[in-house]
Amino acid sequence: MKVDRRSFLGLGLGAVAGVTVSPLPWKLIDDVSIWTQNWPWTPVPPDGEVTYDNTVCTLCPGHCGISVRKINGRPVKIEGRKGYPINDGGVCLHGLSSLQYLYDPARVKQPLMKKGKVWEKISWKDAITLVTGKLAELRKKQSPDRLACITDTDKGTISGLFERFLKAFGSNNFYTISSMDKTWEKTFKMMHHSGSSPGFDLKNSDFILSFGCGFIEGWGSPVHNFKINSAWKENKAKFVQIEPRLSHTAAKADMWIPVKPGTDADLALGMCCEIISKDLYDTSYISGFTKGFNDFSNMVKKNYTPEKVSKTTGVPASKIKELALKFAKAKTPVAIAGKGRGYKAGSMKEFTAVHALNCLAGNINKKGGVWTMPFMEYGNWPAINMDSVASAGVSKPVIGESGSVAALFEKINASKKSPVDLLFVYQSNPCFTMHDVKAVEKAVEKIPFIVSFSSVMDETAEKADIILPSHMFLERYEDVPGAFGLVEEVTGLCVPVAGPVFNTKNPGDSILMIAKALKGSVASSFPWENYHACLEKITGDIWDKLSGDGYLRKDANLPYLRPDADFSFAAQNTESVKMEGSEGSFPLILVPVDNMRLFSGVFASSPFAVKTVSDTIIKKRDILVELNPVTAKKIGLSHGDYAMIATPKGTAKVKVHIFEGIMPGVVGMDEGLGHTAENIFIKDKGVNVNELVGPVIDTGSGLDAAWGIRAKLSKV
Amino acid sequence: MTKEQNKRKKHVFGMVIDLDKCTGCGSCMVACMSENNVPFREDESDKKRSITWMRVYKLTNGKSFPDTEICYLPRPCMHCGGHGDHGHSPCVSVCPVNATRYGYDTGIVSQIYTRCFGCRYCMAACPYHARYFNWWDPKWPGEMEKYLSPNVSPRMRGVVEKCSFCYQRYQAARDKALYEGRDEIEENEYQTACTEACPAGAITFGDLNNPDHMVYKMVQPDPHHTRKPLNPKAFRLLERLETNPKVYYISEREWVRKAGDNYIKGEWEKLNKNHGKSDE
Repeated sequence: MKVDRRSFLGLGLGAVAGVTVSPLPWKLIDDVSIWTQNWPWTPVPPDGEVTYDNTVCTLCPGHCGISVRKINGRPVKIEGRKGYPINDGGVCLHGLSSLQYLYDPARVKQPLMKKGKVWEKISWKDAITLVTGKLAELRKKQSPDRLACITDTDKGTISGLFERFLKAFGSNNFYTISSMDKTWEKTFKMMHHSGSSPGFDLKNSDFILSFGCGFIEGWGSPVHNFKINSAWKENKAKFVQIEPRLSHTAAKADMWIPVKPGTDADLALGMCCEIISKDLYDTSYISGFTKGFNDFSNMVKKNYTPEKVSKTTGVPASKIKELALKFAKAKTPVAIAGKGRGYKAGSMKEFTAVHALNCLAGNINKKGGVWTMPFMEYGNWPAINMDSVASAGVSKPVIGESGSVAALFEKINASKKSPVDLLFVYQSNPCFTMHDVKAVEKAVEKIPFIVSFSSVMDETAEKADIILPSHMFLERYEDVPGAFGLVEEVTGLCVPVAGPVFNTKNPGDSILMIAKALKGSVASSFPWENYHACLEKITGDIWDKLSGDGYLRKDANLPYLRPDADFSFAAQNTESVKMEGSEGSFPLILVPVDNMRLFSGVFASSPFAVKTVSDTIIKKRDILVELNPVTAKKIGLSHGDYAMIATPKGTAKVKVHIFEGIMPGVVGMDEGLGHTAENIFIKDKGVNVNELVGPVIDTGSGLDAAWGIRAKLSKV
Repeated sequence: MTKEQNKRKKHVFGMVIDLDKCTGCGSCMVACMSENNVPFREDESDKKRSITWMRVYKLTNGKSFPDTEICYLPRPCMHCGGHGDHGHSPCVSVCPVNATRYGYDTGIVSQIYTRCFGCRYCMAACPYHARYFNWWDPKWPGEMEKYLSPNVSPRMRGVVEKCSFCYQRYQAARDKALYEGRDEIEENEYQTACTEACPAGAITFGDLNNPDHMVYKMVQPDPHHTRKPLNPKAFRLLERLETNPKVYYISEREWVRKAGDNYIKGEWEKLNKNHGKSDE
């Protein structure tokens, strides 16, 4: 057959048209794409029956109820528990990432013992024998007081067991990490009754004055607060934020009052002065229920006139007067304190000044006000059997005057030989969360033997000599007493909803094992077979309700205390907490910034949480510090430039983020970065601001109340 | 579709986000990641590479201290109806392999991973940067693979992914309704993961075609004008591109509403008088 030009073109065009019209090429492309995507390493999660289990999240002190979705018993998703009194279905990003914490590669998978610098695997039996050996030695030497313990809280039966163990052993050295809760408790002790803490009825309040609280950045019970914040928008309540920086909270506030860092107490006292001078306070409450009011009134009138305060705080006198008037005229005003998340203690001067505002408004033990709540008490702990060693031990005073962790470490660093021979660390990470990390590390290294009960290899666990790894909260039973600052008492129950994934134990069981192995009076003080039996016995009559509903709520008939208030401490006008460093060599002020998306507590942020963090906070491995354009221009820095930040405590290389919302002269730096413990998703990202800020002891409380430090930025 | 299904009223699922309630906490982002098996990598600070179906942007009013204001804006996929709301979404109309389709019964823009061959036309076409490409095979370190949900396929290298309005939850709700012999699902039966998780209650989800649903009441979509919001405080992103998104935002603050689109000088003031409708 002759192929001429005409038929060649015809055939060719026909073929092109045929192929185009036929589905073949499209089908082939589709098949090829499907084929190239069916890799054996692409996971196919197994399907199965869907169930839900309820428990309580204990990652932060908020204690939300959560619901775990499971497929064939395998947890796949965390959701908020609907109807739970604290969070009613809402849940924060950290709680949502709990399953990443469950399977975290950084978890301690079985008991470990340090040989030289290397961790070696050890059986539970050998680990307990080793720890009890060390403990028995201390008792033999008649020095049980050389045992100390650091935990995050003294509430709940697990912490209760630790505290009880120390007593039975013969030591008073039981420490909890200082947070704003402690300052509030001390404030209430001074102004109301000992053994009480505040319950803020913020939901029913119509005017809220927040002195630097990160109300929606993790303060108190975060999810509870998010809900209240939305309720305020609907009820048209007014929220005023006093802070040198436009935080998330300030951004959502109805009014943001930038105040010079560290002068919150002055502003509060200035408002008190205005309220008293204009007779705007609740006279019936003040005359009927308070002591020391005249002294307080004279003191503020003398030292804190709005004009004087205006100079210290940088807030115009007219604004102070306006604010005082608005506060006093509001129906149910509440003033709150506790900087950022409130994970650090605050100054007594500031807290008492802020609470004086509440008292002047007469809004104590009233709807929409502040309630004096007695410490939640339950649990029928039997008496402890004390032998002569234990009795002698507990007669010695606690190491470190104020009984705070900071005081303990200071004492250790000041002594040639550590007064503590053996340290228990449970659910706390002082080598990351405390001010002046270097000094903390030095003190920790001086302690001869450290037992960590951590479930992850964090900065403090890395420095331990032996780790008895704990179940994480999804794997264990635990009673969870209510969150700080709530008006209703909610006790939650953590139940195992997964695992245990690794060879870990409930920390309650670990401590029981140690006690039993010690024999004698110590063992007989712990008559329970295991932690579960102990929990059931101690919670006693509320156990049925706890295990049935998962929580116990008490709100109607709380035994609130009398609303009496005492102004004498506030009238003393104690020193403000000054920041370290001189203005000459350090012209700027560094303030730590709490960010909801970065966890700054015991745990490092999860991969999901880190993913949500803006690239104006972390870029590759660099942390960015916030700087007002005016300040940046003075130093000659622009956005994205590298700079060295220096404080009296140390230096670090940072990048600059130009932010209009921060006061000129102030540098903002996020908390929760700069982890050094092994974790590929967060390790060596940024700088730990606690390395740059040193502790400053507040005279009023004896606690470290540093809120910032003087700093210098220079171009590199 | 069978004839019977055709008779049913079609859904137009949409979302309303109250920007005055949104606190920028990031719960929606993580709720989405954990619901939809979204992968993560060691460094997520390069936001162009970071896969976030739901992303919270931070807007500022551009004023200097102390008049600065901030607003957070969560951005899921907008599930655009396209010009005239006929289903020609910017991404759907460019996909050469039908890997992304417009669901005429739901208003949801789907993404079928195994069909996608990674040309990324859709990413270029999307005006909202809501689509993400898997440059690498995702990895779940240690035993983390154990928490993956079977309801959403884990993706592989070379495909595009995006928010699906948690379509698997719609399927589950529909299955449940069918099993119980019901034709319709209730409003609360199908809610996205971000809506449920939002602690501030800033996100509302429902059927924009159903006057009983909260989303309808909040924005009052105008059925004659491609569901433009009649509520003057509500707006959609880049409204004038006529992509007809199904995600609406509400704010009392004027500068926030203005930030929803680009305007030449003086234009906003003129438009704003007429609640977003031009003078013509």
